[in-house]
Amino acid sequence: MPSCLIVDDSKVVRMVARRILEDLSFGILEAEDGKGALTTCQEKMPDVILLDWNMPVMNGIDFLRTLRSSENGDQPVVIFCTTENDMAHIREAISAGANEYIMKPFDRAIIEAKFSQVGVL
Amino acid sequence: MNSQDFQLFGEIVKSRSGLVLTEEKVYLLESRLVPLARRRGLESLEALADEVRRTQDERLLNEITEAMTTNETFFFRDTKPFDIFRDVVLPQLLKARAAKKSLRIWTAACSTGQEPYSIAMLLKEEAAKMAGWRVEILATDISTEVLEKAKAGLYSQFEVQRGLPIQLLMKHFQQVGEMWQIDSSIRAMVKFAPKNLLEDLGGMGQFDVVFCRNVLIYFDQPTKGKVLDQVHNILAEDGALFLGGAETVLGICDSFKPVDGQRGVYTSVKGGLMAAAS
Ligand SMILES: C[S@@+](CC[C@H](N)C(=O)[O-])C[C@H]1O[C@@H](n2cnc3c(N)ncnc32)[C@H](O)[C@@H]1O
Repeated sequence: MPSCLIVDDSKVVRMVARRILEDLSFGILEAEDGKGALTTCQEKMPDVILLDWNMPVMNGIDFLRTLRSSENGDQPVVIFCTTENDMAHIREAISAGANEYIMKPFDRAIIEAKFSQVGVL
Repeated sequence: MNSQDFQLFGEIVKSRSGLVLTEEKVYLLESRLVPLARRRGLESLEALADEVRRTQDERLLNEITEAMTTNETFFFRDTKPFDIFRDVVLPQLLKARAAKKSLRIWTAACSTGQEPYSIAMLLKEEAAKMAGWRVEILATDISTEVLEKAKAGLYSQFEVQRGLPIQLLMKHFQQVGEMWQIDSSIRAMVKFAPKNLLEDLGGMGQFDVVFCRNVLIYFDQPTKGKVLDQVHNILAEDGALFLGGAETVLGICDSFKPVDGQRGVYTSVKGGLMAAAS
């Protein structure tokens, strides 16, 4: 079973994403900020990371940069999932090493479409 | 709704578009025609049916027909057909048309434009191989309302997230308020025009590729057959026909055969596109 780490400071968002992704046969891990996500990744790299942008302690883009420069950090497929819905943020995310970008609000159709685009579905 | 009214609307829609309304679609008829009736100051579907019987107004009949079309679509729908187009069909046609250097592509029920624009974006990526070529993408639909939207090339955040890879959004779209607009350079590659598939399709000239996806499913067998026969007449013998995931020519039209190993792609029995080289 492929694993997906959901990183979002909103419990509700994590729950909604978990439901959809469990349905799509992912094993789910959760973190509520970038720092927690790094700890999880150090233990074991997930296959996919669904990543919010604005979070306390460590935000999504800082997490992504740290991840990509760490050992095996190039492996996970990273999909941003954020309310930052403008081209400037999209460009910044992709150049920092994100594979895809979801603009909130999302639903099952969007998650499925994006996950299959990057080849993890 | 009483069954006479249902029949009346069903016949209008079927005779004008080919779309078959089955009894279980009553709810669809109600949800789509009630707003249309209201706009005309009519209180109910019975009143709308009476208006139709009384006036036989062409505009009204067309509006009813358009209201019953299903326009759901998305960019790179089903992905695979577009990969096949790029990797199998296009290379063969580029070879076969090398002298003429021209290609004509038709998307026959283009709805709000995602399908022809997907093709256009794909062709733009391949531009290096096609320098000096004349490529025409003609996109048609029965509904003038969807064509207006298609021409504007303006899509909601939801629409640009279904099927469109983020790299292509970055490359070919501009943000306009809450919406996303496809660049004028891509828009200029597609010509939109109204066309009813039940009409005579001769006079459109010959095409090398036809996308006729997710529209035949709404027709009955004889109508599917008639449309496919007509498409066959205007598709080059070595051209390719793309149908939707739930559609086939088998048992409906003998002029086409499936292309081996390429799901959803058909070619003329007279010769045709070769099976995958890969
Ligand atoms: C579900 S959409 C398919 C869009 C696109 N080809 C795709 O596969 O995503 C079906 C379209 O067929 C159009 N349509 C229905 N009857 C038609 C007819 N008789 N002639 C031309 N277009 C028709 C509808 O207006 C609608 O936009």
